[in-house]
Amino acid sequence: MDYSAIFSYMYTEIALVGVIVAALVYDLAAGKKGRQAFHGVMCALLLLFIAGTVYPYHKETAEVFGGMYVYNPVYGIVKSILAIGTLIVFLQSDTWIRKEDTEFKRGEFYVLTLSTLLGMDFMISAGHFMMFFIGLELASVPMACLVAFDKYKHNSAEAGAKYILSALFASGLMLYGISFLYGTAGTLYFDDMVAGINGSALQIMALVFFFTGLGFKISLVPFHLWTADTYEGAPTSVTSYLSVVSKAAAAFSLMIILMKVFGPMSEYWQTLLYIVIVLSITIANLFAIRQKNLKRFLAFSSISQAGYIMLAVISGTPYGMTSLIFYVLVYMVANLAAFGVISAVEQNSGGKVGMDDYNGLYRTNPKLTVIMTLALFSLAGIPPFAGFFSKFFIFAAAFEQGFHVLVLIALLNTIISLYYYLLVVKAMFITPNDSPIPAFRSDNSTRLSLLLCLAGIMALGIVSSVFDGINLYAFGM
Amino acid sequence: MEYYLIVSTIMMFVGIYGFLTRRNLLAMLISVELILNSVDINFVVFNRFLFPGQLEGFFFSLFAIGISAAETAVAIAIIINIYRNMRNIQVKNLDKMKW
Repeated sequence: MDYSAIFSYMYTEIALVGVIVAALVYDLAAGKKGRQAFHGVMCALLLLFIAGTVYPYHKETAEVFGGMYVYNPVYGIVKSILAIGTLIVFLQSDTWIRKEDTEFKRGEFYVLTLSTLLGMDFMISAGHFMMFFIGLELASVPMACLVAFDKYKHNSAEAGAKYILSALFASGLMLYGISFLYGTAGTLYFDDMVAGINGSALQIMALVFFFTGLGFKISLVPFHLWTADTYEGAPTSVTSYLSVVSKAAAAFSLMIILMKVFGPMSEYWQTLLYIVIVLSITIANLFAIRQKNLKRFLAFSSISQAGYIMLAVISGTPYGMTSLIFYVLVYMVANLAAFGVISAVEQNSGGKVGMDDYNGLYRTNPKLTVIMTLALFSLAGIPPFAGFFSKFFIFAAAFEQGFHVLVLIALLNTIISLYYYLLVVKAMFITPNDSPIPAFRSDNSTRLSLLLCLAGIMALGIVSSVFDGINLYAFGM
Repeated sequence: MEYYLIVSTIMMFVGIYGFLTRRNLLAMLISVELILNSVDINFVVFNRFLFPGQLEGFFFSLFAIGISAAETAVAIAIIINIYRNMRNIQVKNLDKMKW
């Protein structure tokens, strides 16, 4: 066996395993002083990892382990985006993780988060359903531990139970679907399976079961019931990770599998996605309006954003893939900025996350308020910010394939979403409040992460080379 | 082969029914295990009867067993944590966060 191929194509995963091992060893070996610098060391390591793997070293598609693992420059781009999201989450998590009841298990936080990242990388690069399944579970089992991380808090434990039971149920359904795919097609390799896909009734059932499993990870509407509870109960840093990185990885690998494996059945899954998109966007928007807790509010907003992401999947073209990746990138910076502000306010005000607590925040913390406002504008898709462009590309991708009514429904829903995003802005700027949250200064790494997100929100839409760069490598059905 | 598939299908839907109706976290976990085991049976049966020349199904079920064991371990850890927090594991007590 040729080992050099493994190192030259699997460099992302191998480097990430290196980072995980380094984190484990550092956790064990560092003394009291070393632990003070743990956060800085981890961020530096992750930055080094991103810098080393962001450039796509090969321009061609390649297979390792007999087709189990597939290398493609597009996958590399998505993995880098996920790693950048993780870095921003790490930067924001410092204040929370330094608290007394979580300080002694900081190492676990880093190792578990990086393990889920590794699982997502394998999930994206899978060329075989077993690899895909292992990656998916590697991404969701440590995630359950992270959700239940604040183990003395009732909410966190409850959220963890809801998450792990729904995750188990969803993965059971997905495996059931895969087993029938295996029974009808006779293989589990993505590339070979296409030949055996003929749209028989059994395969349609398998497709639906399979879609359920991934729909759970992306939290699309019929499978979204865990989302709000888990997002509210989990520690805020974990919530932001869950809402961005995990969702993006699942959405991307769903697109890959639908195109690669279920390509011949596209009329079936396009119908399926059509219904799911309309439901996700509409129902999530209606529920978001009535939320009073900001974390729950962002949970519903992220469900409706997932519906928009699916608009790119339904097109199945290279342009759709580019717009998906771009949308995920833009959504990531905007959502992480919003969660960063929520996290900073929560940590510095003794756990306040209600929308009423934000009344009059502008008078005491103007900078945070402005960042939050810009992030919400970007999520809503207001023109000068990146969110407008990403939404535009997604709509164009779906429109091109003839989903005119669907795009119209999505457009109408952006207006509803604008209403509830502006509710938060109104609370912060206009609603009078005699005792707003007092002014505070968040720690430097949070400020750095917010600055990064802000730069992303402002610049990503205008710097067109980002979109073109992704477009260079994208492929379609 | 049909008989094996009938067994696995019954197990699957018993598992789904149990997951939706049981009101105890451990019972729900056992129902999910039923689902996962029915999947393992499916893989092995398909491999043995339809594609006897290869091993993919056997290996998939082996991995599925291993991974579901890991998931169960984490789930039980979380359930124990819930027990510590509120002294029982009935679903009706997990209602602090709703809607």
